[in-house]
Amino acid sequence: MIACSASLMTAWEARESISIPTSWIVANLWLIPAVPMAAAGLIALLKQPRRKTAAALSIGGLSFSLLLAIVAFAHVLTAWGQGTETREVVNFNWIDLGATHLQLGWILDPLAAVMLVMVTFVGLLIFIYSTGYMAHDENFTRFFCFLSLFAGGMLGVLIANSLLLLFMCWEIVGLTSYLLIGFWYHKPSAAAAAKKAFLTTRVGDIFFLLGMVWLFAQTGTLLFYNNGAGAMEPVALATLLSHPAALGLSAATAIGLLIFAGAAGKSGQLPLHVWLPDAMEGPTPVSALIHAATMVAAGVYLVARVYPLMSAGAAAGGSTVSLTVVAWVGALTALFGALVAVAQNDIKRILAYSTVSQLGYMMVGLAVGGVAVGMFHLITHAFFKALLFLGAGSVIHGCHEEQDIRRMGRLRIAMPLTFLTYSVGMLALSGFPIFFSGFWSKDAIIGAAHAWPISQGPFVLLLLGALLTAFYMMRQVAYVFFGSWRGPHHTHAHESPLAMTLPLSILAAFAIGLGLLGTPAWPWFTSFIESKSLSVDMHAFSEPGLLPLMGFAILLVFAGLGAGWWLYAVRPIENADQKDALEQASPTVFGWLANRLYFDELYEATVLRWYAVLAWLSDWLDRRLWGGVVTAVSSGFRSLGLVNKSVDSQWIDGTFDKGCEELVTGGGVLAWLQAGRTPGYLRILTLGVVVLAGLALVVGAVTGQVRL
Amino acid sequence: MTPLAAFLVVAALVFAIGLAIALTRRNAILVLIGIELMLNAANLNLIAFWRFSPHANRHNDGLTGMMFAIFSIAVAAAEAAVGLGLVIAYHRHTKTTDLDAMTRMKG
Repeated sequence: MIACSASLMTAWEARESISIPTSWIVANLWLIPAVPMAAAGLIALLKQPRRKTAAALSIGGLSFSLLLAIVAFAHVLTAWGQGTETREVVNFNWIDLGATHLQLGWILDPLAAVMLVMVTFVGLLIFIYSTGYMAHDENFTRFFCFLSLFAGGMLGVLIANSLLLLFMCWEIVGLTSYLLIGFWYHKPSAAAAAKKAFLTTRVGDIFFLLGMVWLFAQTGTLLFYNNGAGAMEPVALATLLSHPAALGLSAATAIGLLIFAGAAGKSGQLPLHVWLPDAMEGPTPVSALIHAATMVAAGVYLVARVYPLMSAGAAAGGSTVSLTVVAWVGALTALFGALVAVAQNDIKRILAYSTVSQLGYMMVGLAVGGVAVGMFHLITHAFFKALLFLGAGSVIHGCHEEQDIRRMGRLRIAMPLTFLTYSVGMLALSGFPIFFSGFWSKDAIIGAAHAWPISQGPFVLLLLGALLTAFYMMRQVAYVFFGSWRGPHHTHAHESPLAMTLPLSILAAFAIGLGLLGTPAWPWFTSFIESKSLSVDMHAFSEPGLLPLMGFAILLVFAGLGAGWWLYAVRPIENADQKDALEQASPTVFGWLANRLYFDELYEATVLRWYAVLAWLSDWLDRRLWGGVVTAVSSGFRSLGLVNKSVDSQWIDGTFDKGCEELVTGGGVLAWLQAGRTPGYLRILTLGVVVLAGLALVVGAVTGQVRL
Repeated sequence: MTPLAAFLVVAALVFAIGLAIALTRRNAILVLIGIELMLNAANLNLIAFWRFSPHANRHNDGLTGMMFAIFSIAVAAAEAAVGLGLVIAYHRHTKTTDLDAMTRMKG
């Protein structure tokens, strides 16, 4: 980080004329992800038994981030209030590649600010909850190390002003997700689920990476905003629109779709949703934090971040190809998740499919209503889904690690606080009118889908989804909290400790209160995200079509809740082996739903079979074809080697040996001469002198210079 | 006046004796003495040739031969000092002055 800030300083000086971050918080926004990451590093260096230190470091680090996030939020709020620019960026050169520069940077705008506060706040509550939930786990410190690393990566995704930085943090998040799903790796199912999650999201990430590379090739930048030179700004978007890709699509559409594929992988959209329910093998706080509230929302956030690209070239009141795809995928996912959730019996799996479904709602919201509509549901969902998961964790904890709702029952007596908060979460998720946040955010999406000019298909799918959502949540609550106790007779459920119930209560308060920020009369959230002015306007309710639509949605919610109550609570479920009411009615349909519409089996029969065939083919080719070629080549080389060998031994070695012998003999003579005996030297010297003198005499006599 | 040849014969004899000593003796000190004899034979030659040269009495370069001999004697003295020092130092270490035993520098 020191190096980072040093390079930042130089980059800053170079760019001084372009943008000067005005405040301390914008310049030091990087601290928000850096502090939890540093905490993770410190925990990793700790010795195993120091649980309190690990928990304190994690919670302290994230609290610091929360403080900074609130300061950042206040900063954006002030800018909004004063009507000044609410988007501020800090960019710096990361790698210079000759003439091109790879730039990274961070951004503070309403979108990032809201998400930062949400993630740090929900994250902190879940951290506190984890100290209670994981209290008896022997790998407590490792758990908090991963949690902190996750928080750092997630916050990095949020502040990234560069697709590259976002991608790097995105991968950190993917890694920690893998580590945490497989936290109890001695369970084979957990290890398999971790692998499945990692590989499935990797499929999406490949497309994301392709889109990123393409974007860089077309625009030469991966920054979102850079004073007009960023990839999300008009100049670059115009370039992208004018470049045709295949099938009559522009490069902007193609890149948008590629990036959406990455987002779909992370956010569990069809057809890459298969990993998310399996991810529930991880500890429940992980399910709450990563696989319900924050990480899966990263895909939605990514789409919101690249929204200018997605919507580039849309005519007024129209839509683009990429947004249409997003809307349909989201709507199908929303209905699919809700359908499957109806027939699940694992308390966490129901919530997992509900998450898949709600993420679909968010995607539709983004596609049909714009950033604010989708993001509002993301924020409210984060709170009530975290609440539901933590409540489910509390139930599981209280029932001694039992997850099957058929073996629970009547828990409203034993766990009153959990029951109360869970009901709040359930009503918020179902979209119970007026008082619960889920109602307002979901209604905004349904309303926007109704107004969508392209097709009414998503609207119908979403309405069906809303009906089913209310139904399956009622079913779950009836199973868990009503009826009679169906667990083993000798055990008794107990209420969870304060470290777990306190976060539940806080989250419940938010699940109710947050809705007030996004009512049609006072659309605070939308105005904030879009940096528009805000006023209370009660006439918004009297807009034509708004109230009838709202009324119809409410009717559906009540229908769903009523049907659930009538089927599962009016006649209390007495026996754990009793067949589900729906299963009695139609075993085939229920079987399909219980088996998740056979998506896993489909993948097993297609993708996995295909891979198996491919692997078998590769194996056969390896053994027969390539093996034969390799053997032929190798035997050729072997015979060549034999020839070589004989040449070597006969010619080269022989010559060499001979030379060596000569050298040895000569060396022996020289050694004898250089025996170190001084008289010997003297004699040779004398001999030489005598010879020289004799020579001189003879030569002199012959030439006549010496007369004898 | 004694002819030049007599000096040369004496010098040759002294040189031969010195050479014989240097070659035959195994004691390092005796070899040094032999070398000294050979040097002095050369000095004797220098003086003899100077004495009989036609320029012997000239002032300009008349002293050349004499200076040569004196220089040679000075060099011989230095050589004797170094040589004896070496022999004594060697004797301190090995308690011998036998040249045939001095084979430590053999490669």
